[in-house]
Amino acid sequence: MVNKVGNKPRKTISGARGSRASLRHRVDSYVNHHGKTVAQSLRRLLRQPLQTLMTVLVIAIAMALPAALYTAIENLRTLGSGIELNARMSVFLNKSLSDDGVAELMMALEQRPDVTAIVYLSRERALEEFREASGFGDVLLLLDDNPLPAAILVQPADAVTRDAAAADALVAWLKARDEVDDVSVDLGWLQKLHAFINAGKQAAMGLGVALGFGVLLVMGNTIRMAIANRREEIVVVKLIGGTNGYVQRPFLYAGFWYGIGGGLVAWLLVWIAFLAMAPAAKRIAALYQSGFSLEGPGFLTLLVLLGCGVALGLGGAWIAVASHLRRIEPE
Amino acid sequence: MIQFDNVSKRYPSGHEALANLNFFMGEGEFAFLTGHSGAGKSTLLKMITLLERPSQGQVLINGKNLNRLHASQVPYFRRRVGVVFQNHHLLFDRTVYDNVALPLEVMGFPRADIPRRVRAALDKVDLLSKERQNPITLSTGEQQRVGIARAVVHKPKILLADEPTGNLDPDLSAEIMNLFYQFNDVGVTVLIATHDIALITPMRCRELHLRHGRLVEG
Repeated sequence: MVNKVGNKPRKTISGARGSRASLRHRVDSYVNHHGKTVAQSLRRLLRQPLQTLMTVLVIAIAMALPAALYTAIENLRTLGSGIELNARMSVFLNKSLSDDGVAELMMALEQRPDVTAIVYLSRERALEEFREASGFGDVLLLLDDNPLPAAILVQPADAVTRDAAAADALVAWLKARDEVDDVSVDLGWLQKLHAFINAGKQAAMGLGVALGFGVLLVMGNTIRMAIANRREEIVVVKLIGGTNGYVQRPFLYAGFWYGIGGGLVAWLLVWIAFLAMAPAAKRIAALYQSGFSLEGPGFLTLLVLLGCGVALGLGGAWIAVASHLRRIEPE
Repeated sequence: MIQFDNVSKRYPSGHEALANLNFFMGEGEFAFLTGHSGAGKSTLLKMITLLERPSQGQVLINGKNLNRLHASQVPYFRRRVGVVFQNHHLLFDRTVYDNVALPLEVMGFPRADIPRRVRAALDKVDLLSKERQNPITLSTGEQQRVGIARAVVHKPKILLADEPTGNLDPDLSAEIMNLFYQFNDVGVTVLIATHDIALITPMRCRELHLRHGRLVEG
């Protein structure tokens, strides 16, 4: 068996061609081993389906929580911006105001940068709308006079709906004018919603960071146990000349697969939660006569979850490999 | 091929495993390393595979000073040496074939080459018929032969063996020794550590005898 043919394949060709061939051989075998290890580490995980599933679920749940919170907040934000369009100020005018006075006020409003649109609602129109919407038309017939004032519906600029001080300034300006009887604003709750959304986003982020840290630890521990289970093999491979890179590769790929699995399952979990909540949301939306519908976690969310999963899986595996694998040396 | 210059090994505990060791083995030489247990045989072998580093002196393999070898080069260096371990270090989670193929995979041999080389090595130790078995089902002598096949499958220039016949009866021992001679015949430098004097006497080979970490013969 120790014949001369094929002895030391890397050095069969001498000189520059030889080193090129050797380099190509090395690169080939490196790429080869990567390809082989990707598949092998996956097969190894699938050989213990229950154990793997449990680890994947731990990672998935930890990632699904912040992802679900984020999706919920995104939906709330869409809901909020839908309402913003209707976030108008109702400016009730003095009943004795003349048509010229109305025109003058409207002109002044149109020139303000914090106002995007205005609609005039005459006393007759107001009565008409009230009659249609309230169903108290018969009661109104009992009155001699139209009790409703004329109004201007003011649509403030987006910046105003988010900023309490700007909204107050606009209201103060309106109230100071003689033509104006009263101003009804319902921006307060919208501003609260925005603050709530921001707080929620930060909570999702904080939760994500904390749980991400947890995933790192879980991953590190899982890989540490895998290393302990294969200790003998690691010793043998190191004895026969396996590099640290060769030895750690399967464990890093295991972390990679856990991450992929975790990200995918996390996405599915968020979808399940979404499907469970969608009918209820639809009912609420119907009650409020809103066309709003829940938006599920999209493709981008999947990519982000997969990316985070891979980063956390690889990171955790790396921690385990760096702190345990290199310490295993043959004696 | 193997050269020890004034090599000493002292452990932090103060125990001196080897003291001022000097010897040289040429290419294609065959030698036994003898001495009582604790005389330093294993330590000497471990220095050649860089499992231990000398506290003093230097080890040269093929002209290369191992003291100057960086940790990252150690794996590549180990590939040039085949080692047969006393407890054979076989992996019981895979077949005989996969055990023998392991060095080739570690070294990144082309995939197409691997079956031919593994079968040649298994044929040499007469275990070709058992390549699909798990080594745990084999006898001690057969397991040792699998270990030998794994040590030589990549055709190293140097073959080390630490008590390769430790647990074997005389007939099996002679069989194993015969294998080492065959490798030596084709130019492999062979160094075998053993305390089995009976094994050496009929061979009349070079003998490096260690006593309390010192070379007293060789």
